[in-house]
Amino acid sequence: MCLAVPGQIEDLRQNDQATVRMQGNTVEVCTTLVAPVEPGEWVLVHAGYAITKIDAQQAAETWALLDEMTGRASDVAGNP
Amino acid sequence: MTKVVSRGESGALGTTSEQVNVGGRIVLAHGGGGELTDELLRGQILPRLGNPALNRLADAATLEVAGARLALTTDAYVVQPLVFPGGDIGRLAVCGTVNDLAMVGAEPVALALSMVLEEGLDEAVLQRVLDSIASTSREAGVNVVTGDTKVVEHGRAEGMYITTTGLGRVLDGVSLDVDHVQAGDAVLISGTIAEHGLAVLSRRKGLSFASDLVSDAAPLAGLANALVRELKGVRLLRDPTRGGVAGVLADLAAAGHSVEIEESAVPITPTARAAADLLGLDPLTVANEGKFVAVVACEQAHRALGLCREHRLGANAAVIGRVTDRQPAIAELMTAIGGRRVIQKPYGEQLPRIC
Amino acid sequence: MNEQIEQLRQRLRSAGQAVNGTVRIMEVCGTHTVEIFRQGIRSLLPANVKLISGPGCPVCVTSQRFIEMAVRLARQHGVLAATYGDMIRVPAAAGSLEQVRAEGARVQVVFSARDALVLAKENPKLEVVFVAVGFETTAPATADALLLAEREKIRNFSVLAEHKLVVPAMLALLEGGRARIDGFMCPGHVSVIIGSEAYRPVVQQAGRACVVAGFEPLPIVKALTRLVEMAAEGVANLENVYTVAVSAEGNRRAQQLIDQVFERGPATWRGLGQIEGSGLRLRQAYRQFDAFERFGLTPGPDQEPPGCRCGEVITGSIEPPQCPLFDGVCRPTQPVGPCMVSSEGTCQAWWKYHRVRV
Repeated sequence: MCLAVPGQIEDLRQNDQATVRMQGNTVEVCTTLVAPVEPGEWVLVHAGYAITKIDAQQAAETWALLDEMTGRASDVAGNP
Repeated sequence: MTKVVSRGESGALGTTSEQVNVGGRIVLAHGGGGELTDELLRGQILPRLGNPALNRLADAATLEVAGARLALTTDAYVVQPLVFPGGDIGRLAVCGTVNDLAMVGAEPVALALSMVLEEGLDEAVLQRVLDSIASTSREAGVNVVTGDTKVVEHGRAEGMYITTTGLGRVLDGVSLDVDHVQAGDAVLISGTIAEHGLAVLSRRKGLSFASDLVSDAAPLAGLANALVRELKGVRLLRDPTRGGVAGVLADLAAAGHSVEIEESAVPITPTARAAADLLGLDPLTVANEGKFVAVVACEQAHRALGLCREHRLGANAAVIGRVTDRQPAIAELMTAIGGRRVIQKPYGEQLPRIC
Repeated sequence: MNEQIEQLRQRLRSAGQAVNGTVRIMEVCGTHTVEIFRQGIRSLLPANVKLISGPGCPVCVTSQRFIEMAVRLARQHGVLAATYGDMIRVPAAAGSLEQVRAEGARVQVVFSARDALVLAKENPKLEVVFVAVGFETTAPATADALLLAEREKIRNFSVLAEHKLVVPAMLALLEGGRARIDGFMCPGHVSVIIGSEAYRPVVQQAGRACVVAGFEPLPIVKALTRLVEMAAEGVANLENVYTVAVSAEGNRRAQQLIDQVFERGPATWRGLGQIEGSGLRLRQAYRQFDAFERFGLTPGPDQEPPGCRCGEVITGSIEPPQCPLFDGVCRPTQPVGPCMVSSEGTCQAWWKYHRVRV
């Protein structure tokens, strides 16, 4: 099963859907379980659903920790 | 390499089927590049077609012909969708085949191109793909010298399938072979991993996931040839396509050479890492189409790294581990938390095909 | 950062030394099993700390009977079976969903319950059945999809669901005395939904320590360390190292959704048999969406494939290599039972990461 990944709400869509941005990726998720949400809030995403809101500071710390532990290339989302 | 396509939405069967021992039918995982593909090769194909050249199962066959050392390779491209961030099936068809030649130390000489087009394919798509083939061939310094085009009824070929065959000339004095690998050798990767597979998945229908990632598909002959011309200590080159870096490392172990890899040394962008997490994929198992793994004599590793980094396609090259003398041979990952675990060949395609 | 890791490893080592005898910790969740292997955490454990894999792999604990029904349904003309990835590879008598797909049945992998609903909208001439397994993490999604189907009057959608509840299974494991367990590492995302307090009965009634953890390597090691330390001190407390996502009460809205659509009932767990109050079934008001009723399915016998010992692996009674089929007849390329099929299954994780010891 997929690990749940923290991301930031970007746009709200109809039917309780929203796009969530996570480190250069965008997923469409259902926000029924965490509604109401505002763009900018952080959520944890699992199997297409946001399952909880999370604190922005703590999310940032998670990313920072991961970056330290894994092979960090220069911030290139595209390629030369 | 063997590819398998699904029955398709309309129920038409895409390829011929051989009877294989999974309930007697081919399943998608047979084309995944992992254990099931190996079983197909060793259980069905080699027993019937085997010969010394084929049995080596190298990226390209090297043949002595009238005193010249030639390389020959072929691949089918059945990627879905046809167009994806950073490329399309045409670019892939050139890169994949040129890179297989580069992996055996050959410079590309010529390409043959075969296309199977589905009735109803938008001509604009065909033109885009042909333009990609043209521009990528130019980039790779090779021409398409012969080819064939067929059209099949609507419902077969999912748009188009392409097969390219590449002819190359092995560079003088260059002999890349897994048998040259020795304990103490360094293992390098030419850049960041997992981008191609993830970029293609981001355009897969049914996955509501988009990404800034673009396919890294690129012709590597220029960089690879320069490396092997310059450094006699390059033992082996392998491109981590289907099966990813894990597949290449597992193959090394299967050939009798243990490797130890540092997880934190493997270059990966934050975007790729997050995308892999989202999809539940291990980045080490995801396909790359513009990278190679190099095994280099340790005293030349630093120079190899420098050479790669000077080149546009090797900017993020890194030493990720080394070959050890441990037996029985095993590929090990030293994890970021300081643990250790085995790296094995991924056994099949978890998600629809990507090259 | 490396200091932090090193300190934690020291603590784990000391904790192991402070314990008399062996500590047996169950990691309930399949994803924990996999991450522990994948991150090489087993190699960090003191020799007297044993990890037991628990029944936290949804595909693995799904009864064989359910799989058979799903496959039969998929082979019916006019049906499109939509399900989560691993489900399509579990072998049934007529073959797995993947195999019947190769024969022409309509089977589609979806990543979300809503995706199954989209399939129903896009294929009005087909009956789309969402084959749903999973614990409290995915049950709310199934509930949500059903409610949306009701609101939008999507008639060609139904659900074949066998959602299960984690805490009743944990308690049942302890009752049987089937496996000696000193403490539990509790699932991360189930806990997001049910809240850390849901494990209070395990701590109070059964006297076992519970620590809720997420899936990053550091918190996992921290959770394991705390469990070993508590064992050394002879205490059983409830702790939470996943506070960024898990609160004491959990996600109330998700709990309400589950409660609106489902009611608790008995459920059959592979390896554990029937456990009262451990499953979710659709309430009367939503039975119209129950594929079991809509298609008049009859449950067949519940028989494990011959020789398969998944049931014992799931309950932590044996380790995969003790199953005679492991790594011979039963491998990821040709699985016999769901523990080898599922990406969260103990047998598969063992095969991928632990079959060859480093």
